[in-house]
Amino acid sequence: MSLPKIAQVVGRAIPVLGDDIDTDRIIPARFMKCLTFDGLGEYLFYDTRFDEDGSEKSHNLNLPCFRDASIMVSGANFGCGSSREHAPQSLYRAGFRAIVAGNFADIFFGNATSLGMPCASTSRENLEKLSSALETDPNLEVVVDVENLQVRYGSELMPCEITPGARDSLLNGSWGPLEELLTATNGIEKTASSLPYA
Amino acid sequence: MNSKNLFEKVWDDHTVGELANGQTQLFIGRHLIHEVTSPQAFGMLREKGLPIRYPERTFATVDHIVPTDEVSEPYSDILADAMIKELRKNCTESGITFFDIDSGKQGIVHVVGPEQGLTQPGMTIACGDSHTSTHGAFGAVAFGVGTSQVRDLLATQTMAMNTLKVRRINVNGDLGTGIYAKDVILHIIRLLGVNGGTGFAYEYGGSVFNEFSIEERMTACNMSIEGGARVGYVNPDLKTFAYLKGRPYSPSDDKWDEQVSVWSSYSSDEGCSYDDVVTIEGSEIAPTVTWGINPGQAVSIGENIPHPDQVAKHEKAGVIEALEHMKLTAGAPIQGTKVDVAFIGSCTNGRLSDLEEVASRLPGHKVKEGLKAIVVPGSQLVSKLAMEKGLDKVFIDAGFEWRAAGCSMCLAMNPDKLVGDQLCASSSNRNFKGRQGSPTGRTMLMSPVMVAAAAITGEVCDARTVFG
Ligand code: SF4
Repeated sequence: MSLPKIAQVVGRAIPVLGDDIDTDRIIPARFMKCLTFDGLGEYLFYDTRFDEDGSEKSHNLNLPCFRDASIMVSGANFGCGSSREHAPQSLYRAGFRAIVAGNFADIFFGNATSLGMPCASTSRENLEKLSSALETDPNLEVVVDVENLQVRYGSELMPCEITPGARDSLLNGSWGPLEELLTATNGIEKTASSLPYA
Repeated sequence: MNSKNLFEKVWDDHTVGELANGQTQLFIGRHLIHEVTSPQAFGMLREKGLPIRYPERTFATVDHIVPTDEVSEPYSDILADAMIKELRKNCTESGITFFDIDSGKQGIVHVVGPEQGLTQPGMTIACGDSHTSTHGAFGAVAFGVGTSQVRDLLATQTMAMNTLKVRRINVNGDLGTGIYAKDVILHIIRLLGVNGGTGFAYEYGGSVFNEFSIEERMTACNMSIEGGARVGYVNPDLKTFAYLKGRPYSPSDDKWDEQVSVWSSYSSDEGCSYDDVVTIEGSEIAPTVTWGINPGQAVSIGENIPHPDQVAKHEKAGVIEALEHMKLTAGAPIQGTKVDVAFIGSCTNGRLSDLEEVASRLPGHKVKEGLKAIVVPGSQLVSKLAMEKGLDKVFIDAGFEWRAAGCSMCLAMNPDKLVGDQLCASSSNRNFKGRQGSPTGRTMLMSPVMVAAAAITGEVCDARTVFG
């Protein structure tokens, strides 16, 4: 397995608050007319960041102080809605390497993990505390520690959760499962032929 | 005896093995693809030099970006045109069956699969689209997946999955007249929350689901994902088998009885256990409409729009944001909200029975002047059958536009879009900000009959009053 092991993500973080941030918000459907994911970073949260005439709205993603953020901090049910992998892809291509939120929609969680982008859940109180710390000091270094299930910054240490299977696959570099799936050739044949349908 | 529910039976039969990280390698019997979430997957396989493992288990169609008012290629949208051509090329090169525009079978992937008989009880089904839960109406276990999983499925016909818990949702008693499957599922989502189903498969049952037609079951299963449940299903029964009889990909007559007994064996066993059970009284469900920016922000037609001061503290910001976007007044009645556009279609409510139900009420009524109302059949087959029954004329006479099959204004990746802050009464499944193509556009979800009533009166109203 040739994928990097992801024990922690260290970087600056940006609060993008609110519950139920859906994948249509993360990447509006009109930007999905693409044959590859390459250019998607540019359109991250597009309609939340820009007016219809293209001028910037007030949004943390537009603030220079958060420009280098690689960790996004949000609310409950992050990534709900569509299964579009375009959503985690646009986050990844905009430079994000981890998301800390209240909890995650199932499909988004799987999609993000399979890009090697840890999704860590923590309590509402913790999220609010972290966000206000970031509003005060956008340069704070934040650590999303996958191994020890912690989010750390300054002198703060807060526990977080990552589904065990996802955590294991990040830690041992098997977060892109294709190689492992391919090795089960016999098992696949056997299951296929045991099914009561073709 | 070791009794199991349907989800456990299907899961066990399709398990190839356990992966190093504890996830299951799950075999997927049917894989459905469309133009938006598959080209990147084919690209990744090409890069790795990997072949398609079981091309005969994958079926393709185009739905998201097809224009519904332009019938011939090349389409004026060059990006859309390129995406269709790419899918066509990928299917031809790998020997995947493609229900192309000229096949007479094209349509929304979740309408096409069932009507072709590809969706059957006891199967695992996956598609790079979250509304794949629709196929659970047949007692299949059907997952919406991302593009990396589409790649994994093309290469191995398997994917890495965590198992799900199962919540049984009983809807007992009877529904009132003028209450539809759409109202039932909006009610369930409102009750359990938009993330109440995270980590769960929903098994729907009770007398209301027993009485439902297969198409009604599809409407409900379709929106499971809006309640956070990746999978929703109903145990197969005689209606399921009757629906499948004679479909192009259904078992042939000589294999029929044998297959039906296999299908029956996948039903949840009497006395099996569930991780959770929820019971809802069908008679308490009223026509339900959304007022906010997620499908759980809904009220029944007689209720008022919520006030931020009346909701739980952590919901307050969400309610304020929703009211601001929707330009609605807190505490005002939902009835009387002015509507600019009416959309009947989508994989939730774009099937023949939906169109029939609305058309049976339309004679003698006209769409309000100045209001744009469109009907987009879920598939070419739905369109053909509807036209054979003259439904297109009924809609056109009433002032609706009759369009070609596709997703259309459900997500507005084609030219059918809201303009500015237009408010759309929509039979689709998502009311997220910007969902219908304009960042400031507003969507209210409701049943197709409620959409028609709104189209006629120009405002959100109780269809039971309009149509008597
Ligand atoms: S009709 Fe809407 S929800 Fe259904 S597949 Fe198309 S875009 Fe998705």
